Amino acid sequence: MIRAGIIGLGKMGISHAAILGAHPDINLVAVCDSSSLIIDVFKKYSKFETFSDYKKMIDSMNLEALVIASPTKYHGEMVSYALQNNIHLFCEKPFSLNYEDGKKLALQAGQLKLVNQVGYHNRFIGTFNEAKRLLSANLIGELYHFSGESYGPVVLKEKGGTWRSERNAGGGCLYDYASHTIDLINFILAKPVKVAGTQLKFIFSKDVEDAVFSNLTLESGLSGQLSVNWSDETYRKMNTQITLFGKKGKIIADATELKIYLKEDNKAFGLTKGWTIKDITGLTQNVDFYLRGEEYSAQLDYFIQNIKTKELRNISSFETASQTDEVISLLLNDNSSNN
Amino acid sequence: MDRVIFGDNQFFGVNHSSDEKSRAQVIKFKDNQSILNVLGIAVDEGINTFMCTTHDRIYEICHTIRSDSKFENFQIYPCMPYAHKYANAVTELGIIGTIKQYVPGNIFSTFAKGGLAFVKKDFISMMELMVDSEMKMFRGIPTPVIFIQNVITDLLLGLGMTDFFTSFHKYIREKYHAEPAYITMNLPLLLNTLESCGIENPTICASINKIGFRMSGGKEVYEKTIAEKRCRLIAMQVLAAGTIPPREALEYVCGMDGIESILFGASSRANIRNSKELIDLYSKRTTARFPLDTQTALN
Repeated sequence: MIRAGIIGLGKMGISHAAILGAHPDINLVAVCDSSSLIIDVFKKYSKFETFSDYKKMIDSMNLEALVIASPTKYHGEMVSYALQNNIHLFCEKPFSLNYEDGKKLALQAGQLKLVNQVGYHNRFIGTFNEAKRLLSANLIGELYHFSGESYGPVVLKEKGGTWRSERNAGGGCLYDYASHTIDLINFILAKPVKVAGTQLKFIFSKDVEDAVFSNLTLESGLSGQLSVNWSDETYRKMNTQITLFGKKGKIIADATELKIYLKEDNKAFGLTKGWTIKDITGLTQNVDFYLRGEEYSAQLDYFIQNIKTKELRNISSFETASQTDEVISLLLNDNSSNN
Repeated sequence: MDRVIFGDNQFFGVNHSSDEKSRAQVIKFKDNQSILNVLGIAVDEGINTFMCTTHDRIYEICHTIRSDSKFENFQIYPCMPYAHKYANAVTELGIIGTIKQYVPGNIFSTFAKGGLAFVKKDFISMMELMVDSEMKMFRGIPTPVIFIQNVITDLLLGLGMTDFFTSFHKYIREKYHAEPAYITMNLPLLLNTLESCGIENPTICASINKIGFRMSGGKEVYEKTIAEKRCRLIAMQVLAAGTIPPREALEYVCGMDGIESILFGASSRANIRNSKELIDLYSKRTTARFPLDTQTALN
């Protein structure tokens, strides 16, 4: 059993705690949060040791693995302290507000041979993985355009009051929502190296943007568009979609469905001309414990298996997450230059 | 419990296999009247139990259910809370902000029960207040079974916070004279956990289907658990998000000894009638075995 702890008991931290709590290879021994209310709930009703100071938790609990789900601005110092204590790390996204710091931490984790992962759960969804596989096998021919979109109903009124409404803490639609879309573009295609015409739009929030629109260009020269809006109440929950336009067809993928359009039959793939729809029931592996989506359990299970096998190559590593942070910083710079 | 229970996912754009279909459903059921029309069809087809989440729109629908004679034998199994309402609020307002928004009254006032519970950090009382707040919309309608939604059940399960299960169980029985029940994606683990905290033969609603979709830990362990008949079971997601043809899907679940009810949702008269008839057909075949066995025993 791997002794594990969690820092940050917000929405993601609590969800990770439940998944780790039910995992047969994990002994979740400690949790840490700055809110006395939340810590009181855990003290009273769970069997985990509770802390309000993460350093004390790390110093006293002899942890092998740690999940960091605090506001983004604290990730750097927490990751750094955990690395000094030789602990395998799973950190929530976005990884770091400063990608150069993030890259240093990625390097450091690699040198220490510690498993390092960031919570970009879309990388564990069957439809997106299948899209990536089909694309690399050149199913739809040469690409001429792509689009990455995410929409959801988070901020629908003019108010706010948590760290998610503060830019310096890592709040706002760009850090919270668009980071997922950008990471998915990194995962399925490649890292954008140039951005242009970026618009960070304020809809209801005062201090952070509620929507992000931009044109992205990859190193290969392929360009596409990013469109993300967390103030869209026509969606019941966050919906992320990637569309790939090729000379031989088109692929549209979201978390539930993969839609493929081919101009001609493709015998090698057993696909016929026209539309083919594949849904998650055929593309997703069952998990041992389910909460909110297979991908949340799958990503933590992958982290745990990597610790057990000492596997350092990670499909959502500090390194790939820092690349996503780098694109975020390109977007921020481009937006400032546009205004 | 009735053999056939009508679900509400189709009304609120919950579709596990297609976000696009789910948006089409939202458009179709824009008006409450369109939901009531489908519920009316379900009643015509002999279905009188509606299992639904405590979505804001159910509040309005309950007005008609109370007053329209068509629904006089109708009962509702509430499932609480409507998780996305809270999940989106937590991202925006934080956990404390969400409690402030959704727990009735001013929680920071020490005069209200909620305020007192908050100051004393009595989280069980806070849970009871949230149950009361969610139950308000059903006043005057029979609610013999009351569910906790799977996100909350499974969250508490993973965190090992079993006090909330035992307190919920007691509160629903005492205050609402109803059967406390649990929706889960983790049937075997939940059942073991509930039994270990003294809850025997609980009512549970879980994904059960021929292809093992959302049957955490695998189909075999589910089939073994179901056969042990340690709980009163409602099967949901029997079509596995539309992957299995209805006849094949319903033959599988209806043929399983140990499943008491089958939950399904549909939007058209043809689909409602077809599913109801198939369940009746395949259930008769299963239950027909029992009288014969009894006869043999008597001889």
